[in-house]
Parts: sequence; C-alpha cells; structure tokens
Amino acid sequence: MASRETPEVNGGSLADIAFLLLIFFLVTTTMDTDTGITRLLPPEPDPEQEDVEVRVNKRNVLVVLLNRSDLLMVGGEVMDRLALKDKTIEFFTNPLYKEDLPVMEETEIQFPPGSSSLLPEDGMWRGEVSKGVISLQNDRSTTYGKYLQVQNELVAAVNTLRNDFCNLYFDKDYSELNTNNPIEEEIQLGIRKRYKMNISESEPKSIGGRN
Amino acid sequence: MSKFRKKGGKGLQKINTSSLPDIVFMLLFFFMVATTMRETEIQVRVKVPEATEVKKLEKKSLVSYIYIGRPIAHVARMYGTEPLIQLNDKLVSEEGIPYEAIQDFVLFEREKLPEADKSKMVISMRVDQDISMGKVDDVKQSLRRAKALIINYSAKKEYRNQGRQR
Repeated sequence: MASRETPEVNGGSLADIAFLLLIFFLVTTTMDTDTGITRLLPPEPDPEQEDVEVRVNKRNVLVVLLNRSDLLMVGGEVMDRLALKDKTIEFFTNPLYKEDLPVMEETEIQFPPGSSSLLPEDGMWRGEVSKGVISLQNDRSTTYGKYLQVQNELVAAVNTLRNDFCNLYFDKDYSELNTNNPIEEEIQLGIRKRYKMNISESEPKSIGGRN
Repeated sequence: MSKFRKKGGKGLQKINTSSLPDIVFMLLFFFMVATTMRETEIQVRVKVPEATEVKKLEKKSLVSYIYIGRPIAHVARMYGTEPLIQLNDKLVSEEGIPYEAIQDFVLFEREKLPEADKSKMVISMRVDQDISMGKVDDVKQSLRRAKALIINYSAKKEYRNQGRQR
C-alpha cells in the first residue's frame, strides 16, 4: 500500500512548451513605435464668418512655395532645401535689424523664479520676440515626400532656436525638458512663447489642373 | 596523484535545469505583455519619408491611422492602381473628397477613447513619399471638418552628418 503514492509529474517538457509559446510571441510581436512630426491643423473657419482681410505687414511674412515640380521658392527666390533652415533662423531672429525682416516686439515672458542665473530674480525674461509668420503653400501635384522635407526644415529651424535658448539659460537640451515636472513644463511653455512655431498653411488651391 | 583523481572522479555533475522553465516563462510573459498584435492589414504600399525632427508618439491608444498609398497587387486588381486612402483597416473606395468616410471614421475612433482623452486624439498619417499632395490636402481638409486637429506626419528618423546641422 505504501507504494501507492501519487507519481510525480514529469516537468521536463514544461520548458519545451514554454519555449514554443515564447517563440510564437517573439515572431508575432511588433514593437514598432510610430515616429513622426506632429502638427496642429487650424480649425475649420466658421461658414458664417465673413472673409476679413487681415492686414499683415509684408515684412513679417516669409512665403514658402513648393510648386508642382517640387521646386522650392522662399521669399521670392529659388532655394535649395538645405538652405531653408538657415534662412528660417535668420527670418525669426533678424539679427541685424534689417528692414525687410520681421518686426521685433518687446515682450516679457515669465519663467519660474530662480530657474536660471541669467534671469532676474523674479524670473521675468525681457527681450524682443519676432512677429514673423511663415506661410507654406503647396500645389496639388507636389509630392508628399518633398512637402514633409520642407516641413521638417521649418520645424528644425524653430527647434534649433529653442534648443539654443534652453541651453543658454537652463543648461539643458530643449528636448530633455520633462513635462511631468511643473517647473520644467513652465520653462517649456515660456520657450514656446519666445520662439513661436508660426507656420501657417494656406487653404489648398489648385494651381494648374487637378493632380 | 590520488588527490587530483578525486575531483573529476564521478563524471560531470549534471546542471540543474529545474529553473529553466521559470526563466523561459518570465521571458514569455514579458513578450505577451509587450506584444501588440497587428490588427490592421495594410492594403496600400506605404514608404514613409525620412526626417530629422521626428518624435515618438507617446500614447498608442490615442492614435488612429490613415494610410495613403498605391494599393498592393491583389487589391489593385479590384480598385486599380490610383492612390487609395485606408482608414485603420478599411479602404475608402468612393470617388472625390472623402469627407463623409473620414468624418465617420473620426467619430467612431473618438467614441472609443475615454472622455478625458477625447480632445487628445491623434491622427497619424502614414503617407507614401511619392504620393501627390492633392490627396493629402483632401484628407487634411476632411480632418479639419471633423475637428480632428492633432495630426502626425509619420516619418522615419533620418541621421545627417553633423556638418549639416548648423
């Protein structure tokens, strides 16, 4: 009777079964996280709202045109894509106070007090902020790849400016600011006001035929 | 001499493998949790462009996808080779500007989100780099009409040599 103990289950195949499942999940897993450039679309205009002609000073607008053969024209001159970033940076900073570049406006921006040694004690930054706006226009026949490259250069220009500012004042990369931290979030909001992402896309229009 | 013989005397000790299932199970659970099954079958060919300023999309649950590209071979037999729009998993077959299809799509996807996140919905546009902007502009206009304003132009990270970086 003593020999009637329950026999031990053989656990040797357990590993095999687990391996099989493991390999199945390894194969079916897609760990790809989507990456891209996030932009905000303007809300649709109210149909009852009348078209009011907004008078914008001509020097405050940089017109970026992409035509149907993917040629780029910036502020009236044909330009290579790789020169666009520097042009945009010059446009947004107007370092030499040129007459044909945007008006700079005296602005105060509140940063968290004591966050930077270069700011006064109350954390108020005083300086000039550009009133420039970039107007991006494309044709229906422009290829999407080219369009995104141009978008990328414009975003890169603003990111570079923001990053330089952040490095100078807060000794940190702009992209490293942690938005879960209220102080750093305030810094980020401040920098966004310092260099605004003023890229406007015109209502699409067909210049010369559909597609 | 006998000193040395004693050590290797009884053959190799067997490695204890009883913890092997545990290790494998641990890995298994990791992959089970980390897995997101691909639930959409992509029916259009999309090769997204490259860009330097790309960022990761933080919350996957907030993202819905719109694909624009030329259809893959077996779909092309039905729909022709003109560029098509795919909303998550269904193709838009109607002609012209797909206002209604996209509006329905946005409403449907927004309904799935919890109340607090409804305004944070992101539409990720995975568009083939050789598609003409006309189709993309149509979709963008439709999205504006549907009040889905946060969009993401899907792109791969491009690495440029430092000389270009200013």
